[in-house]
Amino acid sequence: MTPIFSEDQLTIGGRAFDTRLLIGTGKYPSDDMIPIIIDASGSRIITVALRRVDLAAHTDNVMQHIPDYMQLLPNTSGARNADEAVRIARLARASGCGDWIKIEVIPDNRHLLPDGHETLLATEILVKEGFVVLPYTNADPVLARQLENAGAAAVMPLGAPIGSNRGLTTREMLQIIIDDIHVPVVVDAGIGKPSQACEAMEMGADACLVNTAIASAGDPVAMAGAFAAAVRAGRAAFLAGTGAVNTAAAASSPLTGFLYE
Amino acid sequence: MKTNKIQLNGKTVSIEDGMTIGDLIREKGLDPGTVVVEHNRIIIDTTDLDRIAPAQHDVLEMLTFVGGG
Repeated sequence: MTPIFSEDQLTIGGRAFDTRLLIGTGKYPSDDMIPIIIDASGSRIITVALRRVDLAAHTDNVMQHIPDYMQLLPNTSGARNADEAVRIARLARASGCGDWIKIEVIPDNRHLLPDGHETLLATEILVKEGFVVLPYTNADPVLARQLENAGAAAVMPLGAPIGSNRGLTTREMLQIIIDDIHVPVVVDAGIGKPSQACEAMEMGADACLVNTAIASAGDPVAMAGAFAAAVRAGRAAFLAGTGAVNTAAAASSPLTGFLYE
Repeated sequence: MKTNKIQLNGKTVSIEDGMTIGDLIREKGLDPGTVVVEHNRIIIDTTDLDRIAPAQHDVLEMLTFVGGG
């Protein structure tokens, strides 16, 4: 079947994608599963993290499981301030994995909420250095505007705290960001079910990033496929234009007829 | 044989004098193409790994990519 919106592409940093589902590589039972997840999800953008080599044990390099056609999105997880995020971004680029960077500055290990001020500082520095910057933030419309003005290639507000699977708890702020921001809005973190990803897309989000909800599913491969379908459905619904919400009922079938006459 | 004490990923280790970063990576059973190295906070290009021999008290960070969201 021909897709209804075959020309509808997501463009970030000058690169166009036919898929609007971004995936992560954390928390899988085995990294061997990653290529199968990529296939099932249809995703073309994938996050990775940089860590010290464990010299006491064999450290598997996640890159060997990621096909060349994927757009790598290294994150700066572990950074607690802008300086550390900038340092990790430069290391990631030096490793040869391209110039995309997901800025993640998290000073608090309990709620894993990002530091907006430090994220903005890091964005300003890395944009000037030629990075394609995708900052992960709280769902703060003012911050999103500041990041856009600083040259972020996309903004990535959270739906709920990382790994919580709680869905779009920030719904109202997300809607303001979606309505106000011109660069792509990628809802990142907290999406626990395909229906929540679908809702974010129906609201007009440009994409969703899903890691934990797929990796921690009973069947991660099947869940990757379910998320792919949900994101496509939500996008199609957004483009189709959802009907008005009314407090009063409005009949779908004609009520006038012979019974009343 | 002279050795140098260096900080490698936060731990003090002794390495032979003259040993390069590339030697050190291979000694740990790693492929130099899969790690990124910071030497005294300066990122080392892969092509320079076999040309730099850490000196006493140098600080090395050896990093690689892992799964993350």
